[in-house]
Amino acid sequence: MLVPVSWLKDYVDIDNIPVEELNEKLILSGSNTEGVVKVIEEAKKIVIGKIIEIKKHPNADKLIIPMVDIGDEIIQIVTGAENIKVGDYVPVALVGSRLPRGIKIKRGKLRGEVSNGMLCSAEELGFNDNVIPKEMRDGILILKGEYTLGMEIQEALELNDYVIEFEITPNRPDCLSMIGMARETSATFNLSVNYPQISLKNETENIKDYVSIEVKDFDLCRRYAGRVVKDIKIEQSPSWLQLRLMKAGVRPINNIVDITNYVMLEYGQPLHAFDLDKLEEKKIIVRRAAEDEKIITLDGVERKLDKEVLVIADAQKPVALAGIMGGQDSEISDNTKTIFLESANFNRKNVRTSSRKLGLRTEASSRFEKGIDPNIVEIAVDRACQLIEELGAGKIIKDKIDIYKDELKEWTIKVRPNRINRLLGTKLSIDEISDILKRLELLVERQGEELLVIIPTFRQDLVKEIDIVEEVARIYGYNVIESTLPKGSTWGAKTNAQEVEDYTKDILNALGFNEITTYSFVSPKSLNLINIPEDSFLRRSVELINPLGEEYSMMRTSLVPNMMDVLSTNYKRKVPEALAFELGNIFIPHNIPVNSLPIEKKMLTLGMYGDKVDFFSLKGAVCEFLNRLGIKDLGFEPEKNHPSFHPGRCASIVYGNHILGTLGEIYPDVLENYGFDSRVYIADIDFNILLQITRLDRIYKPLPKYPAIFRDMAIIVDEEIYNKEIEAIILENGGSILESCTLFDIYRGQQISKGQKSMAYALTFRAQDRTLTDEEVNKVFDNILKQLRDKLNAELR
Amino acid sequence: MKEQLLQILEKVKNDIAAAEALNQLEQIRVKYLGKKGELTLLLREMGKLSKEMRPIIGKLANEVRDSIEKTLEESKAKIKEKEKKARLEREVIDVTISGNYRKIGHKHPLTQVLDEIKSIFIGMGYKIAEGPEVETVYYNFDALNAPKDHPSRDLSDTFYINKNILLRTQTSPVQVRTMQKAKPPIRIISPGRCFRSDEIDATHSPMFHQVEGLVVDENITFGDLKGTLDAFAKRLFGINTKTKFRPHYFPFTEPSGEVDVSCFKCGGNGCRMCKGSGWIEILGCGMVHPNVLKECGIDPEVYSGFAFGMGLDRITMLKYEIEDIRLFFENDMRFIDQF
Repeated sequence: MLVPVSWLKDYVDIDNIPVEELNEKLILSGSNTEGVVKVIEEAKKIVIGKIIEIKKHPNADKLIIPMVDIGDEIIQIVTGAENIKVGDYVPVALVGSRLPRGIKIKRGKLRGEVSNGMLCSAEELGFNDNVIPKEMRDGILILKGEYTLGMEIQEALELNDYVIEFEITPNRPDCLSMIGMARETSATFNLSVNYPQISLKNETENIKDYVSIEVKDFDLCRRYAGRVVKDIKIEQSPSWLQLRLMKAGVRPINNIVDITNYVMLEYGQPLHAFDLDKLEEKKIIVRRAAEDEKIITLDGVERKLDKEVLVIADAQKPVALAGIMGGQDSEISDNTKTIFLESANFNRKNVRTSSRKLGLRTEASSRFEKGIDPNIVEIAVDRACQLIEELGAGKIIKDKIDIYKDELKEWTIKVRPNRINRLLGTKLSIDEISDILKRLELLVERQGEELLVIIPTFRQDLVKEIDIVEEVARIYGYNVIESTLPKGSTWGAKTNAQEVEDYTKDILNALGFNEITTYSFVSPKSLNLINIPEDSFLRRSVELINPLGEEYSMMRTSLVPNMMDVLSTNYKRKVPEALAFELGNIFIPHNIPVNSLPIEKKMLTLGMYGDKVDFFSLKGAVCEFLNRLGIKDLGFEPEKNHPSFHPGRCASIVYGNHILGTLGEIYPDVLENYGFDSRVYIADIDFNILLQITRLDRIYKPLPKYPAIFRDMAIIVDEEIYNKEIEAIILENGGSILESCTLFDIYRGQQISKGQKSMAYALTFRAQDRTLTDEEVNKVFDNILKQLRDKLNAELR
Repeated sequence: MKEQLLQILEKVKNDIAAAEALNQLEQIRVKYLGKKGELTLLLREMGKLSKEMRPIIGKLANEVRDSIEKTLEESKAKIKEKEKKARLEREVIDVTISGNYRKIGHKHPLTQVLDEIKSIFIGMGYKIAEGPEVETVYYNFDALNAPKDHPSRDLSDTFYINKNILLRTQTSPVQVRTMQKAKPPIRIISPGRCFRSDEIDATHSPMFHQVEGLVVDENITFGDLKGTLDAFAKRLFGINTKTKFRPHYFPFTEPSGEVDVSCFKCGGNGCRMCKGSGWIEILGCGMVHPNVLKECGIDPEVYSGFAFGMGLDRITMLKYEIEDIRLFFENDMRFIDQF
């Protein structure tokens, strides 16, 4: 909402308040602003001039030489403008002046003729193209009215003015008007509002002879009123009116349209003017449209209606979409003689749904949607007629038609001052509270310790006691209320699960992994990229009905595509190495179609690529991480059938009966899908299970008191034998004295037959209660070898 | 024999003086003091000496042995020192070459700022509440006093799964879930992912993060809300941070407000960050609307509360001067490595 300060001054005496203060205090009382803009910046020596003669340019067809009276002299100017004529008042930038956009005017010659200045267009004065009247867009700003020649235009045209852009919250549609903002200003500065005095001088004949009105659907139109104006003279509005509209961001069209817009800006009530002669039988019927009924709206579009769209119709057809847009047929034109000026109150919801349905949002519809006081209907139409009369744009027919069902009257709210103080933490007296409310034009009656607040109909947002609490708070001043801290005590803490999550991130950071964050929604095609078959359970997903696009249409059922995406982005950007993890939710529907909230399951996905990483770096990191969470004795079962992974380089991570997840090298096709020319390793871990088996408590184990004996063992086994099998036999037969067994070398090649490998283990023996002897260790060692030989056909190398 | 002893001493000293390495010294020790060493062998002859001479020569022999041992030790120490120095010289490395230990990972910048916020509120007695990303219309809108025709409910603003299920547009549903489960006193913050139908650009993302807070107890006042958020802002942005409360409108709180903090980049003088105003808008807040309390089974006549919410992405962007929100979700390692 653009509010020119000069316009605001019509209603509140703010002459002595600097604009910065006005802006700041209004913000603090609840009218937030987007900023203050000066209408024209630092323009000087731009004065009012009158064109007294236009000469032809001797050397150029496209140029003319107007002689311009600027009060104390007549100057010659050369211009290419086409829209000027003798007698026009125009803004003249004199030699030495500077235009708002930085252009400096110098004396010059154009094709041999002296030019002592420049005639200015509205754009050159700093107006936006979208508010400049069509006739003046490509030419000079022609001023309508009488002006003192030579006067600085800032003064003459109220251009040394500021425009404040207010951000109006949806609960305050009444503030979408100059009057509404005047009320806020008066409440903020404790001033009074001077409302416009509305009176009509000459009313003739009677409206009943001109038009008849019938409202059929009162549920959608609470009040319908209007006046008739005859002898309409369509022309351009005077400059003061044009400029006010322009400053408020509205493009002037012609006097009648401008007046309806002016009143809409002033009071917030949209008005519509019909060419009365074009209404069949001079009849107006407010009714729901018939199914498939059609209308061509002002914008030239034919629109098909349904039974829920409210229309204004004449005896035969719809002539306007109520509260949205008029029809082309009844539009006023230069030839219009008589108009019917509509001022009505349409149902908010209906305007909103119709406007959405038709895809047509207008200034009027957006105002009706937000809600308008039905009691300004009459004031607004009278105000418009007053302006029509003042501008000599037509003659007002006596009386108005005003059909008003279910009149909205003031209501009351009971307010407990001690409740206000209790909620705000203030100690305001009843009188202080009453004074604040009176500034808002709320009448207050004291009833013992309570206040009865009478709410005027323009404040439909005030319904409950709490609404009054807010009014008191904002006018008293949020910043005046003393800051305190809540009394009482609670203890703050993370839950165990939150602790584990944070700990997880810390450990993974320590292991070199960066945390990533990716969207919860993905493309369904992302599952194709990781090779997931059509019938996989991962395809049962929660889908959005209105996604931003197909690529964000499915709630993810796996974090793997997101991880691949991120790794791939990094890879393509030539980041040489990436180690990353994401801890986030996947979404599993209970039913398809989804009819209840899905299961949100937390997953932990790790991914890596780079020269220095392989399967075992990732496995090592995962084991280290899980060990830190107290999850030991992990098993890794070869997993040959996961479609996203290399069948020979993939394992399920097993803990007891739980499968914690999958770890492995990514399948070549998947790598190709993501543009990788290198290997990628991913671990996908079910974090919910992890949370259940995490053990962060520790019990101390005494440090060894007796020395250990170390033995290495290299055995030759068949290729197919897994380390796990060998280790199991070693551990099983190591008895209580085998402390640990670590694979330290695998060798294939010379001296080893094809199809076989040499596996070398370092064994550590130790007893808790004594120093071991070689004999003891040899015995166990030999038995281990024997078992390996018997069970795996292993030979000592 | 006396002469022989002195001769040996003389020879040993010459030998030691000529020695350059520890093993030469050892050879010298063996040569003279070892089992078959010259001195040892000589001393075996002691038995042949007269009774009178024995103590004299014995004394001399001990002196010679001590002297040899002492000289050996001294020489050993010297050579050791020399060898050490030589080794240190040999081992000079280019210390300007960069280290090669694997770097530790980094938390996502959003997590880092969230961690700060969490710890501030935990310190003020808050717990952390969580809720689902996929929510019901009831929890996201209805229970929060959002008017039935509020534009935020539109398909153009909110992602829907069906007419009753949506992606939460705020973390406020967590507040409702908390209030319905727990009895006051309640002090929670609810951080999490939120979704709104915004096209992706430098300042918009269809997924973003909020941190909301809720306090419900007897006698909670608007002053308490101010004090809490002022304390929070001072902790997060620095002790000199000032706060400014402006009235605003939210359906689920009343009175409602927005909070500006004095620009933590320029200290309030005006800079690019605060667009010259000296203030940065950071929070929305207000007293929990009685309708919301009632909906959650809390008597608004007995209890009152305040709620607040902030955009984690925005605060993180401001804090680190990140100009494009898309960087958060691209996850370029070179970006994450910076935090």
